[in-house]
Amino acid sequence: MARYSTNEFKAGLKIMLDQDPCAIIENEFIKPGKGQAFNRVKIRNLKNGRVIERTFKSGESVEGADVMDIEVQYLYNDGEFWHFMVPDTFEQYQADSTAVEEVVKWLKEQDMCTMTLWNDSPLSVTPPNFVELAVAETDPGLKGDTSGGGGKPATMESGAVVRVPLFVQIGEMIRIDTRTGEYVSRVKE
Amino acid sequence: MLATIRTFFAQKEVLEVETPLLCSATGTDPQLDFFASFYRCKPKNKEMFLQTSPEFAMKRLLAAGSGSIFQICKAFRNAETGRFHNPEFSILEWYRVGFSLDQLMDEVAELLIKVNRQAIPNVQKISYKDIFEQVTGLNPLVFCQQSYTEYALKNGIKDAVSLCETDHSMWLDFIFSYKVQPSLTGQMLCMVYGYPAIQSSLARINQQNSLVSDRFEVFIKGVEIGNGFFELSDAVEQEQRFDLENKARKAKGLAVIKKDEKFLAALRAGLPECSGIALGLDRLLMSVADFDSLDDVIAFPFDRA
Repeated sequence: MARYSTNEFKAGLKIMLDQDPCAIIENEFIKPGKGQAFNRVKIRNLKNGRVIERTFKSGESVEGADVMDIEVQYLYNDGEFWHFMVPDTFEQYQADSTAVEEVVKWLKEQDMCTMTLWNDSPLSVTPPNFVELAVAETDPGLKGDTSGGGGKPATMESGAVVRVPLFVQIGEMIRIDTRTGEYVSRVKE
Repeated sequence: MLATIRTFFAQKEVLEVETPLLCSATGTDPQLDFFASFYRCKPKNKEMFLQTSPEFAMKRLLAAGSGSIFQICKAFRNAETGRFHNPEFSILEWYRVGFSLDQLMDEVAELLIKVNRQAIPNVQKISYKDIFEQVTGLNPLVFCQQSYTEYALKNGIKDAVSLCETDHSMWLDFIFSYKVQPSLTGQMLCMVYGYPAIQSSLARINQQNSLVSDRFEVFIKGVEIGNGFFELSDAVEQEQRFDLENKARKAKGLAVIKKDEKFLAALRAGLPECSGIALGLDRLLMSVADFDSLDDVIAFPFDRA
């Protein structure tokens, strides 16, 4: 894999750090008037999502990470692995629980997701920004309440728990923003 | 802004000069990377350097008896790109014959107050040692790896420990950039003088205290705008510094630079006692116009040049 100099650092660049693939979020070039230059870099570890700050001496180089994003369709879970497919090529990828840990509650069969590959194996999966899921369980709705104020917890078919307005009933489909985990609207069938 | 600057110097009878940007020699500072080019003269090409500042040529004029001079020109520094850095930038450099460093600091303040649209309520002057101690509790002039390391670990800059190791100067650069400089952001105009002797650059070593140099930096809202010296005029010492810097270059795996003999000859002929400073005009414009990135004041920054 190519090496990158600090002079090439910019947001989005994928590099290896402490044996983990990372993405640069922010890069600041710091140089005192007559002195050593540094690059102060904010980096997201793509394995665990943690953001750390690291300083490099300017001019140093680091190994790039072979990381890329692909669009895949979620197929099924066999109990141990989650299976995805690239629709154009029918190429399949199986992701383990660490790769889907954060998002498994939003996964619905046939939905399109973004998969991040590292050295051609799944590192993480990002669900679509909005998913439509059926309500599996919630307290009975109150008739006439349409204001949506207050709300109640509801468990989705996928296991996710979302706060919904009081009028939402078991079996209804709702639209959820996966980035915030918030209820958006009911879906007319 | 340029008109204000030119009027300012005209009133003080400081002569505007022009010196070459493309020169046959350049500085040896291991921290300054330059652009090199070639003048075609077959079969052998002549190596030429885009200047990182017009300092050497201007000092040659001073040695030739020009009196006080100023110049507005471009300067080039390789591999410096960032929010506050563009590899090609504008410099205002001026030299005042017979001025002490303190007199020059006063003149810098006078000019900046003229140029700045926002009021500058007070000009703070503070020594490097005092501000460093105030912020960190560490003595910048005497290196103590243990106390520097303890400070770094306690204050969230642990990367300094592995990067700087036993390099006193790098430690100072790290701590100053990460801790001291941010503490200046609330100050409109602050001048820090008495930089450690190990960071003297082209400034004279202070005659009372050999641990500090007669060098200051100007900060507007925490952004460094310029660097001023009481100029080193001793040709022997200057040549020694070139040799030392070349040694440091070698240690870093950088090419050794041919010493600028024309500049050294000028020093031998006699540079009058003078103080000089270079101000970054793009940064000055940025702070005057209240922007926080050079991209906002440069029509075509490096990545679009």
